Amino acid sequence: MAKTTVERPVEDDIQSKELLSSYRLMLLIRRLEESVYRKFHEAKIGGYLHRYDGMEALVAGIIPFLQIPGDYVLSTYRDHAHALACGTSPRAVMAELMGRATGCAGGKGGSMHLIDPENGFLGGDGIVGGPVPISLGVGYALKYRGNGNVCVVYFGDGAMNQGGVHEAMNMIGLYRLPVLFILENNKYAMGTSVERSTGQTDFVLKAKAHGIDGEHVDGMDLLKVRDVAGRAIKKMRETCEPYFLEMSCYRYVGHGIGDDNTKAWTTYRTEDEVAQWRERDPLLRTGDYLEARGILTPELIEKFEAEIAAEVEDAIEFAEASAEPPLDSLYENVYSK
Amino acid sequence: MATMRYQQALRLAMTEEMERDPNVFLCGEEVGQYQGTYRVSEGMLQKFGPKRVVDTPISEIGIAGLATGAAMVGLRPIAEFMTWSFALEAMDQLVNHAAKITYMSGGRIQCPVVFRGPAGVGTQLSAQHSQSMESWYAHTPGFKVVMPAFPDDAKGLLKTAIRENNPIIFMEHAGLYGLQGEVPEDPDFTVPFGVAAVRRVGTDITLVSYSRGVHLCLKAADVLAKEGIECEVIDLRTLVPLDMETVVTSVRKTHHAVVAQEEWKNVSFGSELSARIHEMAFDDLDAPVGRVGGADVPMPYAKNLERAAIPTENDVIAAVRRALA
Ligand SMILES: Cc1ncc(C[n+]2csc(CCOP(=O)(O)OP(=O)(O)O)c2C)c(N)n1
Ligand SMILES: [Mg+2]
Repeated sequence: MAKTTVERPVEDDIQSKELLSSYRLMLLIRRLEESVYRKFHEAKIGGYLHRYDGMEALVAGIIPFLQIPGDYVLSTYRDHAHALACGTSPRAVMAELMGRATGCAGGKGGSMHLIDPENGFLGGDGIVGGPVPISLGVGYALKYRGNGNVCVVYFGDGAMNQGGVHEAMNMIGLYRLPVLFILENNKYAMGTSVERSTGQTDFVLKAKAHGIDGEHVDGMDLLKVRDVAGRAIKKMRETCEPYFLEMSCYRYVGHGIGDDNTKAWTTYRTEDEVAQWRERDPLLRTGDYLEARGILTPELIEKFEAEIAAEVEDAIEFAEASAEPPLDSLYENVYSK
Repeated sequence: MATMRYQQALRLAMTEEMERDPNVFLCGEEVGQYQGTYRVSEGMLQKFGPKRVVDTPISEIGIAGLATGAAMVGLRPIAEFMTWSFALEAMDQLVNHAAKITYMSGGRIQCPVVFRGPAGVGTQLSAQHSQSMESWYAHTPGFKVVMPAFPDDAKGLLKTAIRENNPIIFMEHAGLYGLQGEVPEDPDFTVPFGVAAVRRVGTDITLVSYSRGVHLCLKAADVLAKEGIECEVIDLRTLVPLDMETVVTSVRKTHHAVVAQEEWKNVSFGSELSARIHEMAFDDLDAPVGRVGGADVPMPYAKNLERAAIPTENDVIAAVRRALA
């Protein structure tokens, strides 16, 4: 494609703006994720730490379609991207990773438990499959109120083997609830490949078995993700029906920082395989597409990079300068007042 | 004797028992190809093959059912939970099935299964991953509950567990996996259930604990000894069956007791221990039994809050001072 700025219809302009902002969001997620291992090794971040590198399109191509307040997002422990996409500030994310009072969970949650209800984010979940039964209840409440809102629930290929997930899917299919399932099929659950964990590797078929329609999507192609999710959400608002998207994607780094530290990931995949998936990188592909259409330029990329580097640095400085939670907050919020 | 880590001692126990009895097999998440989340089963898939070292999906109900059902018809499974926090998914298979089938079948069905994996709190794993729930299982008739504090016990108790004809809850401590100790290499070495170990002899107060709590008590005893307070430290090793005789004998001598645990304090194993000491040795006590336990909150992530929520040797020392005051 030649780089032209030929006249485009208005719709195209909106689309370009949205794509550019999704691109920038993906870049922010990538750069923030790249900073967190360093902070872990400096002992500023503790506990478990799971990154989203390679999977950015799954949030950047979906969450911007949501109406917040009103719609809700639930995700797994691999949740930094979901919080950022919902609108949690990098400062509040980083401060939470460092266990500071200014974090989005007041320092009580950490990496796996980012949460920001005011921005529609009902939280990460440390339990594999845990968010799916919760999405059933959220979906029920949304249908109950009847405002055309939807609940988007993210979960992994490994989570699909949890009993609770299937109970919830069955009931969501039965009650026809507005839940959008985003199956993050990154091919592995820790060290176990999809082929080694299920006798039916087509996840859409499993959804269909529960009466929920769905489709397969290349989850590393931002445009495809946007296209499919945009249509699905629009339709769900009218029909109040569930929908299931199996997103093919890949995580570039180990399952969590432990996996990377011990190089345990070499027991289940090769560097070659990782390199091959990196060639399909959503940032690269979206960047190429936008550049070819003259929407993105090397100068603009540079500008984004500089802004984002400053944003991430600012988040780190803010977090490091923030106080730990006060000791007397230990017993706070065990119960509601 | 050989020096090895707690984690290696567990592997040795499983390996020896699998060599001894072809009915023993291991199943769980990442136990095989990945070599174990905490490396407990490292090399076992290579040694025993996929029929006896079974990688499962992330399906705790399935794992518990696989092990329980196989045990009911004569195999002797070892089921690993990646951590005991995830065993919550399997509660029904465990409590309503594994624990009860012998009773419900009038003794005609045995259920020789070991459920094992890391328990314990710490390392900023926060609310859903950092908790200890031994009293849930000790509360349930039908389970025997084992919580080793040292590498030799890890081996000897696990071997006993595998040879037992009952469902065993075997709770390791993730924070002890790296602990080194002398471990007998004799394949006939086992440690019996229901026999507590006196880890330190003392005259002034009895400290009762298990798992990592024993190490807190030993550290506290070291500190207090410098002030002339001599603590007797008892390691229960198994919560069910419970060796009250060793505990009561000690309390009759010291007239004081503190019980210590990592799990939440409210309605906990320490509550049971304290009640039994009061029931069995009331007249020998010079002070109420002191209790040390985790703060009754979901575990917070922030370092300072986590530190405040987890019991330390200082909490044991403070409890001893209160009891002796
Ligand atoms: C019920 C439960 N079992 C086991 C675990 C340990 N665990 C955490 S993440 C994970 C792998 C999950 O894989 P998948 O669902 O594919 O998500 P991904 O990590 O690939 O994003 C496992 C086994 C857990 N957190 N919860
Ligand atoms: Mg996965």
